[in-house]
Amino acid sequence: MQDTRPVSQPAITRSGAALDVRGLSKSYGRIKALDDVSFAAERGSVTALLGLNGAGKTTLFQILTGLFVADRGTVQVLGEDFAARPTAALASMGLVFQQQVLDLDLTVMHNLAFYAGLHGLRGSVARDAIASCLGQLGLGDLGPRQVRELSGGTRRKIEIARALLTTPEILLLDEPSSGLDTGSRRALVADLFTLARERDIAVLWATHLVQEIEEASKVIVLHRGRIVAEGSPSDLMARSGSLTLEAAFLSVARTGQEGAAA
Amino acid sequence: MTPWFSALSAIIWREFLRFRFQTSRLVSAIVRPTLWLVVFSAGFQNILGVSITPPYETYVTYDVYMLPGLIGMVLLFQGMQSSLALVFDREAGMLRLLLTAPVPRWFVLLAKLLASALLGVTQAYVFLLIAFLFQVDIPPLAPATLLPALFLSSFTLAALGLLLTVYVRRMENFAGTMNFVIFPAFFFSTALYPAWKVQESGATWIVWLIRINPFAYVVELLRFSTYGTLNPLALAVTIVAGAVAFLLAAWGYDPQRGMLGRKARDEG
Repeated sequence: MQDTRPVSQPAITRSGAALDVRGLSKSYGRIKALDDVSFAAERGSVTALLGLNGAGKTTLFQILTGLFVADRGTVQVLGEDFAARPTAALASMGLVFQQQVLDLDLTVMHNLAFYAGLHGLRGSVARDAIASCLGQLGLGDLGPRQVRELSGGTRRKIEIARALLTTPEILLLDEPSSGLDTGSRRALVADLFTLARERDIAVLWATHLVQEIEEASKVIVLHRGRIVAEGSPSDLMARSGSLTLEAAFLSVARTGQEGAAA
Repeated sequence: MTPWFSALSAIIWREFLRFRFQTSRLVSAIVRPTLWLVVFSAGFQNILGVSITPPYETYVTYDVYMLPGLIGMVLLFQGMQSSLALVFDREAGMLRLLLTAPVPRWFVLLAKLLASALLGVTQAYVFLLIAFLFQVDIPPLAPATLLPALFLSSFTLAALGLLLTVYVRRMENFAGTMNFVIFPAFFFSTALYPAWKVQESGATWIVWLIRINPFAYVVELLRFSTYGTLNPLALAVTIVAGAVAFLLAAWGYDPQRGMLGRKARDEG
């Protein structure tokens, strides 16, 4: 895919974690959605955020995208404080939300062109980027189709194509494979892992499907707003004495429920 | 093209695109005031007329008097419809896409208001053409003299609608609220009758409502602008109402306040 970063964006700093989260906490009334969460996502790798429903994954994403503000803690994006320069941080991110976010009444092309425009891409640059991203995901002939006519899985792939439009340096994916069939899910996983390596992108992948992040560089297990385990998949399996990552995850989640860390 | 201007263009473009695809909205935006013009003015113009009072320099028929109020109705409905669309965007998740764009949040809201204002101006001119075809006596320069007032009025009414979306989060609630706002705003204004006529009738409480109703000042701004003159009080109130509504709405959409409607039970 071509590099579509607008000329006005600052030069990339290539040292340090792409995403550095420290001491993040967020409460909704008496409910602690996030409790002292700290982690880093490195360039060129996939960091998986694993957690059951209600673990706090989406709340974390809301804060990382500026939709909500944390009660405490900091987020650094490419070395800069998110709170100090939110627009610069958002310019470097591609986002796939858990909830589908597409205008059903417009065509695929219109949806992507709108996103491109929001992010400073216009004219032939936008058109070329859209064609490239759609082609990469096997959606090349869907441009003129109204989104309402398409299946849920196809819509999801369009959202992923959209997130890649601006050649982001950080990809935040909240359950990106939801709605995809097994074959499409496998292909998506392979594509995204390859993309992270080849383009030096930091990918933060939130999911409850263990099998799709088995190749991740790092797995962070979130339980009731707290990080209860962190490490490579093999580390987690070794520490929990499990033969599979799924077993390790469930073991850690149970341990988390009992209040003692692995 | 700077990123800000690109985002502004994209937001305006999308609003016009969606309006084009929503045929019923387009039709009702024009049919509604046209019905009022035809039914009320045809029925009342031989009964009601307005004696000489600024900006009119002669006795005018009721259709001439009603025209600014009906233009205001077009703008008011457009402002509320745009806000309803924003509530829909919030429920459908599209608002997240807007609020995570790499431009300041207040700019996104401002762009939405500008888009709504432009849509309102467009619809107003279509209605003005229809009024002309129905032989309403319109000053020849009115299309030109009205433009600034149309834009400012449309912006203000859209800003008031935007402010409503801060507090009314569900589409079904907002649709009901729209009616609760639109019709009192329209009827308790000078759209259908001059305030001095109401004063004469002794309904002082209606006069007070007219005086505190921003829409009444929008109507008067449009009325005077039609004749190339300025009503300073109407202009000032319209500007202040729009600015205050926008600032309050921008504050209401502050992420610290969590205005995206997420509750703890939605946590994932």
